[in-house]
This record gives sequence, structure tokens and C-alpha cells, in this order.
Amino acid sequence: MRSAVIVFPGSNCDRDVAVALERASGVAPLMVWHRETSLPDVDFIVLPGGFSYGDYLRGGAIAARSPVMRDVEARACDGVPVLGICNGFQILTEIGLLPGILMRNAGLKFICSDVHVAVADNQSAFTGAYAKDQVLRIPVAHNEGNYFANPETLDALEAEGRVAFRYTTTCGEVCGTGNPNGSARNIAGIFNETRTILGLMPHPERVVDPAHGGTDGAGLFDGLVKALAQ
Amino acid sequence: MKAKVHVMLKNGVLDPQGKAIEHALASLGFEGIGEVRQGKIIELELDASDRETAESQAEQMCQRLLANTVIEDYSIDIEE
Repeated sequence: MRSAVIVFPGSNCDRDVAVALERASGVAPLMVWHRETSLPDVDFIVLPGGFSYGDYLRGGAIAARSPVMRDVEARACDGVPVLGICNGFQILTEIGLLPGILMRNAGLKFICSDVHVAVADNQSAFTGAYAKDQVLRIPVAHNEGNYFANPETLDALEAEGRVAFRYTTTCGEVCGTGNPNGSARNIAGIFNETRTILGLMPHPERVVDPAHGGTDGAGLFDGLVKALAQ
Repeated sequence: MKAKVHVMLKNGVLDPQGKAIEHALASLGFEGIGEVRQGKIIELELDASDRETAESQAEQMCQRLLANTVIEDYSIDIEE
């Protein structure tokens, strides 16, 4: 599997996700600088977490308009799977590949902690290794993770099974207590219409090795490698 | 020519920063404060030769970058 990790000034999870991908696939991904105007031929693209362009204007807003994103958008539209983690999720909403937007956390605090999320839908290359409703413990680290979309969009996402992950309590209950940042309907991650694009706020790449204190994120990368090999 | 772009959260979109300012003002003893909302102002110097061109340029900039119209409204003031 040939994959590319797009690196923006201010990305800081690019290496972590590269390590997670290499662990799962046995092949180191290509690191592509944001100024490139075209991508090499790849099977998978990652927009990593971080603080691209210092979160100036809005999180992900400037990165979404950087040169490399034109080709990322074109490949995504051709069906190449794209994963956006944290800042990568913000970039995907800013460029319009995913609906809604990530707003400032409701509590106005940067949140850096482990959260619990339930797999709301496992019918995708990203979530196929998990059971539906399986509860995972994955860290978040963000200031703008409060998912917002108008009620019609939220209804459509739910009706089409495009909510990938929801924040839950430790026991897997989807409720206000388990919602760290005020996200609409506890949404932690969503798919595009064809389920080839996933954006999520939690960082699966930070829990892929027992030394990380957990391995709940490994399934995402393992499942993806397996799905893309078919 | 100068364009002043005001970007504000749309009505109905929760503005936690505005709320925090509202509470801080109240705790300073200011009374009778209604809803407080926070936005941003972006000033642009434009080469445009006339007001209409400047306005249409600023409008496109708002649509494509300066505002996210999912949650934000914008308005443009042109100063000659």
C-alpha cells in the first residue's frame, strides 16, 4: 500500500501517523510537503493532526487553500481514501469534502485527555476491523473540536449511517456527560457520502502500541490496510 | 482602496467566547448587559480602481476564505 502523509507548517502528528501506517502496512508512507502541486500515485492520503499555519483565521482554513490540496481534493473525488485526523478533519470541512465545521470547544478550554468513542458504523474501510458500537479509548488534543452542522445536515448524516464515531462515557453511553467538547449529537467522526473520506477528532495514531498505553487505534490502520489490499 | 470585512457568527450559533465576555463584564459590576457576541474585523488594502470592483473582490475573498458561511455571516465596508 502506497500512502502519502501531507505535511503543513505546524503539523505535529505527521510522524506519529507515519509510524502507525508503517506498522500496519510494512511500508513507510511518503511525506508530502504542502507546497507540492501534485501528489505521487498513492492508494491512501492522510491529513495529519497539528496546528497548520498556527490555526490562523480558523483551524484548517489556510491549509485547505494550500497548493497541494487541489490535488488531494481531485484524488479524493476520484475515490482515493482520505483520512483527516484532528486538524486534518478541520481541513476536510474547510475544503468542503466533509460537511459542517469544528468550532471552539464549548468549555473554551483546550482538551488533552483520553476519551471514549463508540464505533457508530463499521461498514467502511476505516472502521471494518471494529464491531459496531464497540467502545474505544483514544486520546483527543484540541481547542476546536466542537462539531457543528445545521439540523438537516445532522439528520442526513445519521440517516445515511455517515456518523463514524460518537463520544461516549466509559461504559459506552452516548450522553452529555460523555461529550468532551459540545459536539452536536456527540459526533466525533464522520464519513463523506461514499465512505472513502473519514474525518475524526480523536487521535488513533497515538494508541497503536502497548507502549502508548493502549492499542485501540490500531484497528483503524490494520483494517484499512486489509480493506485496501482486497 | 480599503475594505473592512466584519465576520460574525450567525444568529443562533452558540458563541461561547461571547458568553464568557458577558460573564466577565457582569463580574466586573457592569449591569444591564444583553447578549454579547464576538467577531473579527479584517482590513484589506486593494488596488481596485473603483468601489464596485473592490466590493466584488472582497465579496469573493469572503466566500472563498475569510468567512466560513456554515457558521459565519460577513459584511463589507469600502473606504476610499
